[in-house]
Amino acid sequence: MWRYVTGELLVLPTRVVGLAACLGLLALPLVTRDPYVLRVVTLASILAVFAASWDLLTGFSGQINLGHALFFGVAAYTSALLNLRLGLSPWLTILAGGAMAVLVALVVGIPCLRLKGPYLSLATLAFPIMLTGLIFAFPGFFGGELGVSGLTRLAGTRLREYYLALGAMLVLVFAMWKITDSRLGIIFHAIREDEVAVRASGINTTRYKLLAFCLSGLFAGLAGGMYAHFLRIAGPALLAMFFSFQAIIWTIFGGVATIYGPVVGVFILYPVLEILRVVREIRMLGFALMVLVLLRFMPEGIVPWLEHRLEPECPRCRSRNAFTRRSCRVCGTAMGRPSSCPGRATRSA
Amino acid sequence: MRGETRLLARILVAGLMNVGVYALLAVGFSLIFGAARIINLCHTGFYMIGAYSMFLLVVSRGWPVLWAIFATLVVVAVLGIAVYKLIIDPLREHEATVLIVTLATAVLIQEVLLILFGGHFRGMPSLIPGYTTVLGVRVTYQYLLTLGVVAVASLGLWAMLQRTRLGIAIRATAQDREVANLMGMDVTRVATVTMAIGVALAGVAGIMVAPIYVLEPHMWQPPLVTILAVVVLGGLGSIKGSFVGAVILAFAEVLVVFLVPQGAFLKAALALGLMLAILLIRPEGLFGVAFEGER
Repeated sequence: MWRYVTGELLVLPTRVVGLAACLGLLALPLVTRDPYVLRVVTLASILAVFAASWDLLTGFSGQINLGHALFFGVAAYTSALLNLRLGLSPWLTILAGGAMAVLVALVVGIPCLRLKGPYLSLATLAFPIMLTGLIFAFPGFFGGELGVSGLTRLAGTRLREYYLALGAMLVLVFAMWKITDSRLGIIFHAIREDEVAVRASGINTTRYKLLAFCLSGLFAGLAGGMYAHFLRIAGPALLAMFFSFQAIIWTIFGGVATIYGPVVGVFILYPVLEILRVVREIRMLGFALMVLVLLRFMPEGIVPWLEHRLEPECPRCRSRNAFTRRSCRVCGTAMGRPSSCPGRATRSA
Repeated sequence: MRGETRLLARILVAGLMNVGVYALLAVGFSLIFGAARIINLCHTGFYMIGAYSMFLLVVSRGWPVLWAIFATLVVVAVLGIAVYKLIIDPLREHEATVLIVTLATAVLIQEVLLILFGGHFRGMPSLIPGYTTVLGVRVTYQYLLTLGVVAVASLGLWAMLQRTRLGIAIRATAQDREVANLMGMDVTRVATVTMAIGVALAGVAGIMVAPIYVLEPHMWQPPLVTILAVVVLGGLGSIKGSFVGAVILAFAEVLVVFLVPQGAFLKAALALGLMLAILLIRPEGLFGVAFEGER
């Protein structure tokens, strides 16, 4: 543990920045108690879990899901209806929302995993839109266009909600990161690279893809429940196509197949979109232009782009080093000039 | 009895109209997917540009209709090539990134139009006035013109794909990019030309619906979902499939809207449900070929 701290956490620039950002967010209420700032960070934390859960499914197992808002929206509606109709406490309804999202992941996953590539993506796109149609067609139960509102608050005060959301984000993202680091994560990764080869090695790929769907649904569902209780409303906007695409925008922008990339993406793009409210007319225009230009020049996303520049790989032992070092910290080989082509093989999503 | 005939005729007319628009959009989308292997989410953005450009030139500037159509097609095709060359082609290797940048392009188009024209609902007069009566239902000449243009455009496209060197190159690239490249075709150029043709077809659809539908900067979203369903239903990259898919979904939508209460809300749900049902029976769509692993 201590060796990890001194050997990785404190020597690699991106790790230092990440650690500083976490500590900074935890200490933020000491500097400002401005409700608006707290609200933006709370929402960003919840949405970061949502984006990271998309990355867990699509970035790692390569099954491009264009309807990720389904899990989020179903969980939000489940939490909202249980809370309003049965009066359950937020703790229970959020868990129930997560469980419901897993169930939905099974229902969607079992038939859809017969499909491959673009067919799978477009089939997943269909589900939230179909559900939106049902919500509009039965306004009595689902509240129609206005949604279900008047839920119990996530916690008593803004500050408690802030720490709850931030804490949940850190724990859940860490859990996802550990999952992708485990044997399971390696299998997901292998399925993305070459499914036929994985099946040839005697691994039931359908079962693992279904597991990826369920895990991703679980995390997205927990985020959805928290979101509903924080905003105290669950509406059809949570199932909209654009909401699914936002998770994808954050993830691709931050860096796909990293888990922490989407978190960075959300924490950059969400506040930027809030700041752009100042210039209301060109808000979305500015946002779209920014995404276009940045992705045009950093197609892998912002985190991998920074990693390649700040932490070149040792040419001999492949361990990462801070860009300031002349020789590798592990094997002592002289570090060449940082090459323009990244040492790591380009990842195809 | 008479009421029922009229309802039937109305369903037929509205359905044929939708078939025309969806077919033009879906065929273009399918062509681009085949030759360039990208899912072009800003496809209906070009349809919207076509409609707005007609509105600008004919209503605001008072150009003659034929000149306006010509100018619109050129503008749409040039914009399509620009988007392909500047944004899509450099990122082609990153499949998910392409999805996002094309979506961002569509939002960009929407926002630019919002700034230029405002969010008001706009309409424009028919390109040719007058109407005729079919089975007791009033059919404007504009509808007939639209159907005619769709038929001519489709036949022209079919002839181009079957008979010209360019058409053969497009089909070859769609079938196998690598081998097409080895046979000496410049696949990037083929993809660029295909992009221009595909978005020009979307532009034609836009020009034809401008006098019929209401123009507003979000009009690209509903047809996008439907044409995605159409091309998947028919089989990605298959032109015949896109036509059949357009016929099935267009009539399904019209039937729901006319016959089911609250049907307008269930329109998209039904289209997508139908798509899913067909995919579960045939995972590669009606006329699609299961891709042997891409190299």
